[in-house]
Amino acid sequence: MTAPPTTPNAPANSEERYYNYAYLDEQTKRMIRRAILKALAVPGYQVPFGSREMPVPYGWGTGGIQLTAAIIGPDDVYKCIDQGADDTTNAVSIRRFFATVADVATTEDTGAATIIQSRHRIPERPLEDGQVMVFQVPQPEPLRGLEPRETETRAMHAYAEYGLQYVSLYENISAFGRIAGGAGYPVLIDERYLMSPSPIPKFDNPKMDMCPAILLFGAGREKRIYAVPPYTRVRSLDFEDYPFEVQSWEQCCALCAATDSYLDEVVLDDQNNRMFVCSDSNHCATRRAQGHAGPMAGHSLAHLDEEPAQ
Amino acid sequence: MSLTALSTAESVPADVPLLRVAGLTKMYGHLPGCLDVSFEMRAGEVLGIVGESGSGKTTLLNCISGKLPPTCGSIAFNARRHGLTDIYALSEPDRRRMQREDWGFVHQNPRDGLRMRVSGGANVAEPLMNLGQRHYGAMRSATTDWLGRVELDLARVDDKPRNFSGGMQQRIQIARNLIHNPRLVFMDEPTGGLDVSVQARLLDLLRELVRDMGLAAIIVTHDMAVARLMADRLMVMKGGHVVETGLADQVLDDPQHPYTQLLVSSVLQI
Repeated sequence: MTAPPTTPNAPANSEERYYNYAYLDEQTKRMIRRAILKALAVPGYQVPFGSREMPVPYGWGTGGIQLTAAIIGPDDVYKCIDQGADDTTNAVSIRRFFATVADVATTEDTGAATIIQSRHRIPERPLEDGQVMVFQVPQPEPLRGLEPRETETRAMHAYAEYGLQYVSLYENISAFGRIAGGAGYPVLIDERYLMSPSPIPKFDNPKMDMCPAILLFGAGREKRIYAVPPYTRVRSLDFEDYPFEVQSWEQCCALCAATDSYLDEVVLDDQNNRMFVCSDSNHCATRRAQGHAGPMAGHSLAHLDEEPAQ
Repeated sequence: MSLTALSTAESVPADVPLLRVAGLTKMYGHLPGCLDVSFEMRAGEVLGIVGESGSGKTTLLNCISGKLPPTCGSIAFNARRHGLTDIYALSEPDRRRMQREDWGFVHQNPRDGLRMRVSGGANVAEPLMNLGQRHYGAMRSATTDWLGRVELDLARVDDKPRNFSGGMQQRIQIARNLIHNPRLVFMDEPTGGLDVSVQARLLDLLRELVRDMGLAAIIVTHDMAVARLMADRLMVMKGGHVVETGLADQVLDDPQHPYTQLLVSSVLQI
């Protein structure tokens, strides 16, 4: 993005900024807020909205950025993660975008953030009252893979006919002996609407159940917003004889020795050396600062967090 | 219709028909699809609808099976939940549930009736899941049981339908439509597009299943042999009208209407 000629402390909507506060114009934000309110009122229901062109391509988080733009204010503290990490290109770019257009403070600290935008992960640290989690969703329709007709999936949602979703679970068990779906695992919201929880790993599904924070999901290309209000039951689908279970690892985190976090496998060389590290970079850094040390603590990868985040 | 009640299941009182179609007419704009069709069916009865292409057979079937609202006339079905009710008077969710619970629909082309992207086993088990079955083991054994009944190789239960031959796909489709123990099965040219030997085996199987389960079935076909083998009763259609109806043997051996006579006499003899 070419930087507009700004005076550093000019309000975001002053003339020399060339854009409205939080990038979107007020009417658009209003339309998105209406969609959010409707989504919160009908948990799990996909509310259509007039998705706008954003300065990033579809697939890079346009839905999440529009949600954030509609709810952000100058008092917010903004955190953006991608695959759990605060320091990946996409996360850094989106965080810098909102620091520029909305004059918000940014943070990597999950506990300090009021708005957390994410793709693929929910932070390990439990979310709290007053926090808003914004998800970037590529495909909001959980039934799409099995039923290509939108008219039909809408009817299925309207009449709560969700038998079809179990066909995919059945396929998993007959092929792999277990429910193998790792990400975007379908959930039932308050025993009514079937919802695809964006492509977060099923490891994070239990974190959504009775979560004190607001969970907002935005799909920019598909033009849908849906939400889980605080303290709502979120149940992952399963069979009576194949109950839902999350991923587990034999190792602990190589850097911080955490045994209860979601681990990414990092291939180190072509000699079959690899390490497992926390996908949540802030969680891992916090633990290391507290003195936890894993078997590979001090490895060069551990120093990545010393680079300043934008 | 005095020739209707051939056999009745115990659960249905003899005086209540399973299906009652009255004055059914479907117009496509000014073109007639089918005109003023009326008949009744009892439980356990197999009705064949024969006629040339364009005679309104499929339109009639689609109207009766809830896919195509008729222009006028009524279709009443004796559903497990609702009793004898006009199916188009039911609310949409109720009608869809009735279709899931009480009906099966075997398409001519298995691609229309199967999900080609999921395995044969999952295709067969899907109706159970739609009815709320949530126990994998129970569904798995019901599926293998049914694949055995339609004489499919059990080792191939997890293959995708595209890897099966046409006749095998049709068998999967039949299992899928019978596993939930429906009261009425619609079949649109169930053996069309299959070679005669496969066709004969499939017909044999279908006839056995229908008799064993005491199913009621409506079979649309232009194949007189299929009609002779499967149907208790026949309706002959031409230009949207039902021109002749009666017991299958009676219609085929002693056709009264000129068109039926033409139809029966044009069957190739070997």
